[in-house]
Amino acid sequence: MDSRRASRMVIDPKPKVRQVGFFTPGAPPERTKSSPAESLSSPPTSDMSPAGNSLSPVMIPPPRHASDNLSSSLGLNSSRVLPVPVPMSPIRRPSTGDNLNLPLGSYNPSESLLGTSLSPSSGFDDEGLSEDTSTSGWFVRGNPGKVASSFPSGGFDTTAMKSRNIPVVSNLTTVSVVKMPPGLSEKGGTLVEVQHEQVRDSKLKEKTSKAERRALQEAQRSAKAASRAEGSKTAATSGGVTAANAKPAKAKASQKKEGSSVASSDRKGPEKDRKKDVPHPRMQFDDKQRVEKAKRRAVVKQTEARNRVELFRHLPQYEHGTQLPDLESRFFQLEPMHPSVYKVGLQYLSGDTSGSNARCIAMLQAFKEAIKDYTTPPEKALGRDLTAKISSYVSFLIECRPLSISMGYAIRFLKNRIAKLPLTFSETEAKATLCSDIDRFINEKIILADKAIVKHAVTKIRDGDVLLIYGSSCVIEMILLHAHELGRQFRVVVVDSRPKLEGKALLRRLVSKGLCCTYTHINALSYIMHEVTLVFLGASSVLCNGTVYSRVGTACVAMVAHAFRLPVLICCEAYKFHERVQLDSICSNELGDPDVIAKVPGREDVDHLENWANNENLQLLNLMYDVTPSDYVSMIITDYGMIPPTSVPVIVREYRREHLWM
Amino acid sequence: MWRRSASFVLDKQRQQPDESRTERLDMSERPETLANPNPNPGISAYYETRAAHHGVVTSDWLAQAQAAVTRDPADLTLEKGLVAPAASSSGSAKAFSVIDEFNRWRKQPDLAEAVAAILALTAVIRTSEATTMMELEIELKKASDSLKSWDTTSISLTAGCDLFMRYVTRTSALEYEDFNAAKSRLIERGEKFGEISRKARRTIAMLSQDFIFDGCTILVHGFSRVVLEVLKTAAQSNKLFRVLCTEGTPDRTGLRLANELAKLDVPVKLLIDSAVAYAMDEIDMVFVGADGVVESGGIINMMGTYQIALVAHGMNKPVYVAAESYKFARLYPLHQKDMAPALRPIDFGVPIPKGVEVETSARDYTPPQYLTLLFTDLGVLTPSVVSDELIQLYL
Repeated sequence: MDSRRASRMVIDPKPKVRQVGFFTPGAPPERTKSSPAESLSSPPTSDMSPAGNSLSPVMIPPPRHASDNLSSSLGLNSSRVLPVPVPMSPIRRPSTGDNLNLPLGSYNPSESLLGTSLSPSSGFDDEGLSEDTSTSGWFVRGNPGKVASSFPSGGFDTTAMKSRNIPVVSNLTTVSVVKMPPGLSEKGGTLVEVQHEQVRDSKLKEKTSKAERRALQEAQRSAKAASRAEGSKTAATSGGVTAANAKPAKAKASQKKEGSSVASSDRKGPEKDRKKDVPHPRMQFDDKQRVEKAKRRAVVKQTEARNRVELFRHLPQYEHGTQLPDLESRFFQLEPMHPSVYKVGLQYLSGDTSGSNARCIAMLQAFKEAIKDYTTPPEKALGRDLTAKISSYVSFLIECRPLSISMGYAIRFLKNRIAKLPLTFSETEAKATLCSDIDRFINEKIILADKAIVKHAVTKIRDGDVLLIYGSSCVIEMILLHAHELGRQFRVVVVDSRPKLEGKALLRRLVSKGLCCTYTHINALSYIMHEVTLVFLGASSVLCNGTVYSRVGTACVAMVAHAFRLPVLICCEAYKFHERVQLDSICSNELGDPDVIAKVPGREDVDHLENWANNENLQLLNLMYDVTPSDYVSMIITDYGMIPPTSVPVIVREYRREHLWM
Repeated sequence: MWRRSASFVLDKQRQQPDESRTERLDMSERPETLANPNPNPGISAYYETRAAHHGVVTSDWLAQAQAAVTRDPADLTLEKGLVAPAASSSGSAKAFSVIDEFNRWRKQPDLAEAVAAILALTAVIRTSEATTMMELEIELKKASDSLKSWDTTSISLTAGCDLFMRYVTRTSALEYEDFNAAKSRLIERGEKFGEISRKARRTIAMLSQDFIFDGCTILVHGFSRVVLEVLKTAAQSNKLFRVLCTEGTPDRTGLRLANELAKLDVPVKLLIDSAVAYAMDEIDMVFVGADGVVESGGIINMMGTYQIALVAHGMNKPVYVAAESYKFARLYPLHQKDMAPALRPIDFGVPIPKGVEVETSARDYTPPQYLTLLFTDLGVLTPSVVSDELIQLYL
């Protein structure tokens, strides 16, 4: 929460600085307005492409400039025209929210320099702006011309046009228009951009002179060139900005609908490029417009929980128990869903299938069934249609429960296999190949991998050891049973935690096999740790920096073990390794049902929080996962052997890609 | 490269029948391999050899040895340990024995054990009468297995044999040639590998010169030929530095190193092992060798290395390890006891009362977080790169 506020505080002063710097008469040469002739003759790209290229190659999303500039312009205008304090403006909320995790400062001076020297603005200069106020409004709006350069949507030129054509008052109107909640999502955004482009064109035809038009075209061309040149540098465009971009546009779009389609077809090239280069941004659930949009598409109707913890608003959280009856009642309406996929989805939803291996296997089996029953519709290619089908299944499963990382990998594998199918294959052949591929994946990546892990891990268990395990992991259970079969004399401490209490079932299985066990809750961890010699933990995923992403509480166990100088062994199949890097448990996680932690079943005397869930002052947080820093991990046991956490990237680099193409 | 293929796990299984077949083949020739076991399985041959090569025989040591002999008859065989297996095997072997060859090479004090093994294995290829690639491979495997079982405590011997098998047999060029050409190619590769391993020390010495600066004080533990080479090279390039040598009980290898350095006119100071923390103030860097570099990036080395690394870490002094890449082993000890024990007798000079236990382990494990850099013939590496290299070599 603090960081949110701080970021807003930091963002806000910048525009002011920028404004001051801009208006100083003795500004540096780059800042001075270039004369019209000069601006027309000099190729605008020369100014622009360095602007794009000078950005550091690491994830500097243009959105930041956009929202920055937007906020700055808004701030400027509103503070000039309206005496409204900037942070109060409601529109700022989402855009700053998106800026949250971005680095602040450091780039802005140069940005402002580059922004002001841009050609779109200079292109317009020959119009000769007389009014001081309108100039200021224009220039601030011209600033986002830079956005247009790095960002395929020509976005702000229109706004610029508008502000130029209609004097000061129009600034005011745009601002007020912007405040309207637009309710757009990403796709809607692109659509609107197109419209918005058309609007610009039509406007041009109406009002601009020939020279002006030429200048504008030139600017557009250069903008496109720059955006293409930037290519991969144009990092993920977060939804907030697309929305922000589109907001004024939509306002315009409602005014004018006619226009040529040339511009829209023009647009498609860079747009596609961007989609290829940039990983799809994850859905941020604090972004209202996109959530609305997603809801409309959703198969599963679920009500969102109301009181969510501030820091975790970006994660989906639903009222538990609202989805299941609805889904059941609509079984026959869900035409395209294969019954086996539907079944797996329900199992996810109800929590019957949990654990990333089990979920992954269940999903793959369901897909296999679906593929077996699949027939290619007439006039469609199997490769494309089946991929679309699988994608729709996956989005259904995501609605039931967010994907685990293992499932993500399996899906990527399957889609890859479909894409790689030879065109000469008949349908039955293709289906048989895919089914055997899925079987092979399950066998090699999960079953045999587990066996390899067990083989390695057993070498570390010696007579007299006391092993501590946390929660329930199937591979660790296999290790313990195998070591027991080998006749090793050891004791097991099963540590468990509310609300899932998964350890109990595991404990039951272990004890029935004749192992000597101790059961305790995580509260007693520091006490029990004295007698432990080795800690075995499972993982949902291991990330590239050696961080272990696992059931909540794992980090705590690992930390205590580290404090006691005990070796912490993580058992994880290599297919669950992920190239992502995550530093905290906040940005990507899963929220469970908050009611579960508020209620204790069978204990009426401690149900103090009954019916309190809707109290505004109460926010319940039931996190599903946490991350364990690699410092607390002594060894990761995987199917390739025992490796230090620093070697995870090696495995990812050496094996993961190959396997996708195998 | 099928070993790197997706079905790695399956491959492993496919391999197993092969191994069992070699096992069966082995059975018929068991007597030969059994004729050559380490005479003293309870005592690490590796450390005994090192002691024999590098130890300083002083008058009091002789006296102690005398006393030990009378007390412990096992020591008597030990004294002859070097000669005995060679003699017995030469009697029983028909034409050629790896162990013989290995021992012949091993007697050269400048040759590391792993290099001796590599040379011996190359000799196996050369003298082999196999007519197919499979036969040759089986023969090689058998030879390397018997070498490994000869001394299970030596990490570099095991690692060297494994690496040789990997390096020599993992070449795609073999598939298209007739057997004799392939065989000569294998010999060529084996010799090349031996050559690389021989030159490794030199490479390391050159690489580490940048880290030794004028006026520095270096702490050295035990006698390591690589470290000696590094210091020798530095002295020859007219660097001015001082060396503090630990005594290196029980075999006093430190004395030997001090002796060698004094010949090079390097100022040397001897410390008893327990004075390390006392002297750490004036030290700029710690230089140690390694018996084995394990997958975590930590090292297994002569007893006392761990505590020196701990003290150095506590005082923020860099700890450099000089180790040839054939010492990289696929081991991952979690703690000190998590290693195959390498024991050797220790003489305290006075008779030890009955019922008092003696810690006879010859080596300890230093975890990677206490090491700064590893100087290897693959370059100057951080500890975490070791695993990277190992994964690339073995998987």
